[in-house]
Amino acid sequence: MNMVVCIKQVVDPEAPPASFKIDPASNKVVPPQGVSPVVDPYAEYAIEAALKIKDALGGKITAISLGINQLRDIVKKPLAMGADELILLEDEAFDEGDSWSTAYALAMGIKKIGDYDIIFCGREASDWNAGQVGSGIAEILGLPGVTLARKIDITNGKARVERVTDEGYEVIEVSLPALITVSNEIGEPRYPTIKGIMAAKKKEPVIWKPADIGVEVSQIGAAGRRTKLLKLFQPVREAKCEIVEGENPEEAAVNLALKLREAKVL
Amino acid sequence: MAEYKGVMTFCEVAEGKLASIATELLGYGRKLADELGQELSAVLVGSGIGSLAQEAIAFGADKAYVVDDTLLKDYQTDSYVSAMEKVVKEVMPQILILGQTSIGRDLAPRLAFRLNTAASLGCLELAIDPESKLLLQTKPAYGGNAQAVFICQSYPQIATVRPKAIAPLERDESRKGEVITVDAGLDPSAIRTKVLEKVPEKIEGVRLEDAEVVIAGGRGIGSAEGFKQLEELARMLKGAVGATRPPCDNEWVPAGAQIGLTGKIVTPDLYIAVALSGSSQHMSGCSSSKTIVAINKDAEANIFREARFGIVGDWKKVLPAFADKIKGLLAE
Ligand SMILES: Cc1cc2nc3c(=O)[nH]c(=O)nc-3n(C[C@H](O)[C@H](O)[C@H](O)COP(=O)(O)OP(=O)(O)OC[C@H]3O[C@@H](n4cnc5c(N)ncnc54)[C@H](O)[C@@H]3O)c2cc1C
Ligand SMILES: Nc1ncnc2c1ncn2[C@@H]1O[C@H](COP(=O)(O)O)[C@@H](O)[C@H]1O
Repeated sequence: MNMVVCIKQVVDPEAPPASFKIDPASNKVVPPQGVSPVVDPYAEYAIEAALKIKDALGGKITAISLGINQLRDIVKKPLAMGADELILLEDEAFDEGDSWSTAYALAMGIKKIGDYDIIFCGREASDWNAGQVGSGIAEILGLPGVTLARKIDITNGKARVERVTDEGYEVIEVSLPALITVSNEIGEPRYPTIKGIMAAKKKEPVIWKPADIGVEVSQIGAAGRRTKLLKLFQPVREAKCEIVEGENPEEAAVNLALKLREAKVL
Repeated sequence: MAEYKGVMTFCEVAEGKLASIATELLGYGRKLADELGQELSAVLVGSGIGSLAQEAIAFGADKAYVVDDTLLKDYQTDSYVSAMEKVVKEVMPQILILGQTSIGRDLAPRLAFRLNTAASLGCLELAIDPESKLLLQTKPAYGGNAQAVFICQSYPQIATVRPKAIAPLERDESRKGEVITVDAGLDPSAIRTKVLEKVPEKIEGVRLEDAEVVIAGGRGIGSAEGFKQLEELARMLKGAVGATRPPCDNEWVPAGAQIGLTGKIVTPDLYIAVALSGSSQHMSGCSSSKTIVAINKDAEANIFREARFGIVGDWKKVLPAFADKIKGLLAE
């Protein structure tokens, strides 16, 4: 199985909410002090999905990431986890894209990789929560797609995918090559091994510029957007919390129940 | 772009009826269509669903397009995208809204790319910009830490709306509208997936999405046994148990109990958050609850910035005494 996994470097979504700030003038997030960026968590689940298949059937995993200022220690994580190659679409022209221009550039990059059976994406990236790049790549490359995967089995050249639904899950069979987006139910991403980390240190990513993948700069990044961001803001919280006290936890609990009754919540 | 006109809603069908998200969308679509002074159309896609067209009209649509085909019995990306592509190209709406459900999350982006336009997923709010008349799409970003307002620069403007963003209109059987059938003209060989099985999750008692009281537990609950205590309290209050993601990932509770950005959206009267930190991704699914109560041993936990009442303490000590007192109060 030859697999491609799309990954992205993002602001750490687990940083404390209190540290989250926006610069209203530029409509951009101010990266929190002292918090390192991370690989988008759902993309890590996507790597894990690919590694599970590699464990079972063998094959090659190529990770691809589009962005600027990509810290090598961060974007090399798929290599440390067990992926074989890393390609970076790295150029100012790729920056500030929306789902459209990002999916387009990634699709063209993947086309250049050429030999693939499955392309994996996360279900949604933790920065813009767009949830679209996977479907977009599938559409641009003319591939069947299954979103929200929680388990994947390969049999007879097809993938059997358990897909998370609002009611539970459904089992879908899809012909390959296909694009699959991965949900957290696939299971915790593995930790890089020492050996993996050493191997990743030695491996240099391949860098592709727009010309390398045959795209016009007018179609990618900010220039290729179909959407416009008018405003990014932090919703105001109105709640003021009343801390209910007591001599001991049990008494506080009783006081809370009485308080809720008094406030007619119960 | 001038020839695009009207608002269209994709109406999901569940168990032979209009899904609740469909009635909500019709209400939202009606509002937007009225603001634009344009028509609201509903699209029903499925097999044996023709009779629901009148329902869609009763809930606010001026026109109902029905795409009825045995190949459309189950949701599948290829067949549904094709069917919707056909309807959209025929009707040419300015705006198309779908639900942020497991179907809408899959259909909306793929359809948008097919139609060479863009979509916004999981919108909290939609409005018409008074000047440009374009659709202002407000959606969570950065896991709910922020909200972003987008406009789409091509037609149709596609958005999915989260469940419970709006209440449906009253059903009005006297409303009149036109029903139009559309032939999907599907090529079975172009459907590259097959649904082998559907496995619904068993739920006992009140559905989480419908519950008026939700007891939600987080990582700090520590085990499946711990959640039994939350279930007991939920039963007492005729509510349901929800969770953050870690308890689901650890299989202390079923995956369907997850509340948040990538889980269920709930809007109960009372939300009791036990041993969860109040991450933005979790709060994104419950912050519209009327009253939030927090029990957490860490006074600095973010949940205390979201809650109306709180106790700083160990839930293992607080919860039994709380449940006991409530039992007494309910018996009075
Ligand atoms: C793109 C994306 C989407 C996500 N979607 C969701 C989602 O839909 N829903 C969701 O929930 N998460 C989601 N997450 C995960 C989210 O970021 C958090 O990791 C998660 O919500 C944390 O769960 P928690 O609050 O239970 O755990 P923690 O943050 O670890 O908090 C545990 C809390 O329990 C308290 N505690 C521990 N022991 C006790 C005790 N004995 N008594 C009292 N208090 C105690 C601690 O003080 C702490 O505050 C998403 C993440 C990403 C990146
Ligand atoms: N800039 C990027 N580079 C590589 N992969 C990406 C990029 N943006 C999105 N993806 C992939 O698409 C998934 C969904 O992202 P999104 O549609 O932006 O929410 C992510 O989890 C990644 O797998």
